[in-house]
Amino acid sequence: MSLRVGLVCPYAWDVPGGVKSHVADLAVTLREHGHHVNVLAPVEEDEALPEWVTDGGRPVAVPYNGSVARLSFGVKATRRVRAWVREGNFDIVHIHEPLAPSLSVLTCWAARGPLVATWHSSQDRSRVLTAGYYVAQTAMEKLRGSIAVSEEARRTLVGHVGGDAVLIPNGVRVQDFAPDTHDRQRRRRELLFLGRIEEPRKGLSVLVDALPAILEQIPDLKVIVAGPGDSDDVRKDIPAHVQRALTFVGTVSDERKQELLQEVQVYVAPHTGGESFGIVLVEAMAAGACVVASDIPAFRTVLEDGRAGRLFSAKDPASLAEAVLSVLDDDASRRALVAQGHKRADQYDWDSVVDDVLAVYESVRVDGEKVTEDLRGQALGRFAARTNFIRGRRGGDG
Amino acid sequence: MSWWWLVVVVVVVGLFGLYLSMTAGRLDALHKRIDTSELSLDAQLLRRSSIALELATSGLLDPAGAIVVAEAAHAARTAADGDTSALDRAEAESALTQALDATLDDEEVEEVRAAPGGAELIEELAASAQRVQLSRRFLNDAVRACSQLRRQRMVRWFRLAGHTPWPTPVELDDSVPAALAGS
Repeated sequence: MSLRVGLVCPYAWDVPGGVKSHVADLAVTLREHGHHVNVLAPVEEDEALPEWVTDGGRPVAVPYNGSVARLSFGVKATRRVRAWVREGNFDIVHIHEPLAPSLSVLTCWAARGPLVATWHSSQDRSRVLTAGYYVAQTAMEKLRGSIAVSEEARRTLVGHVGGDAVLIPNGVRVQDFAPDTHDRQRRRRELLFLGRIEEPRKGLSVLVDALPAILEQIPDLKVIVAGPGDSDDVRKDIPAHVQRALTFVGTVSDERKQELLQEVQVYVAPHTGGESFGIVLVEAMAAGACVVASDIPAFRTVLEDGRAGRLFSAKDPASLAEAVLSVLDDDASRRALVAQGHKRADQYDWDSVVDDVLAVYESVRVDGEKVTEDLRGQALGRFAARTNFIRGRRGGDG
Repeated sequence: MSWWWLVVVVVVVGLFGLYLSMTAGRLDALHKRIDTSELSLDAQLLRRSSIALELATSGLLDPAGAIVVAEAAHAARTAADGDTSALDRAEAESALTQALDATLDDEEVEEVRAAPGGAELIEELAASAQRVQLSRRFLNDAVRACSQLRRQRMVRWFRLAGHTPWPTPVELDDSVPAALAGS
């Protein structure tokens, strides 16, 4: 049966990010499975927007959950959300990161019916609730079913907000990353770092601190740093030979990221925490790079406790250096890790993940049920209904 | 006259009324969510028992297993009629789960899969068992959220829930048979 699915992404569509890629991949896979999909997301430039994405308004940069997020909110955004819900005629609306102060929480308020949510990040209790307990509760109560992408994200929900969720890990479009087999032999002896340069929890400084020890063994090793941010901050205060080893390539497109992951021997993920899943690790494994990552819980899970990639103690440069050297020096063990990594990545392929998501959709709705605009139960809603009614009588479009 | 006292009282009473009205709206929505979740669980359980019955009558199972599954599926279907208490139904559905679990071991599943049409039946049964699990989980989550709100003092004092009976979680064994879990 073909479903009409509305997906809500709280973060800007034009800015690369974990949640955004998740929503885009889910949308594409659902479409491949024959469902009608429309995505509501904040949009900076509405040129070159796929026809299945609806512009939820211009995003504003706001500090949120430890980094700067580009969100849409306010009266205009609310109006767009309501129009989208009204006109979408959806069987299911699937809200991502439902408490994000953006289109997500607005949709929780504006819609009723079969609503499903996916929880992506693990957050501190303080961030989740102290400010908006009432808002959070009222929004959550309307979600018929919740999905968590990781055990950590699920714990945030169960422990801090109260509620239950089923665990469905992130999907990766494995075939997009898979390299041509003959290329695998010709990988460059390089390290790759992906992520925002100045964001401490991405851990670039741990990698930089580890470089002197690594370069001592392999002096001509190159390290590619791909991600937005000011490289001068990193360059100052480090020795000249370490500087020479680093290549900053700035922000990269999704395609370039795939190429980089297919070209280098080792992908390093020195994150210090706050990650709830680590989709980029799966992408690296799918692309055939050897993964060296910090032993934070999310990464341990993805790397099967070190069977699908090498783990080191988080925040420890010496441990990172040892791990990197061990995989670069030993071709056999690196190949074994890459091979296991490839198998592991297949388990996260969207094609299998999407079946679980569809099972959730089917288990929360009754045949023929639709998502509708929520005007009942709340005085403000009734007021909005009346103004719409008046505007409607005057021939306005609401 | 301190007329502004009157203003303060009116505003406070107004805000309190607004709060009560919004809370009543929340409760109403939660009760509705429980109703639809129950309908959905009901539909998934019916689907599961009818696929189980189909499997039992397909001739693909060994005769003994077929009888066990057919009887349990039939009992579950009969219990789905309005006259049966929720508790008896949960028992019948749990019995079906156990019957499926006992009958469908790895070898049996492999054999059924190999037969023409067998693979589809197994897939469908696995899918419906998974959906039963999801539906019940989501229903019980709705029940939990609703009970939590109904326990609040204001909700009790002002009887915002009206005469709606207290929601009860559904307890039954809905585990997916191990041999089906991978499919």
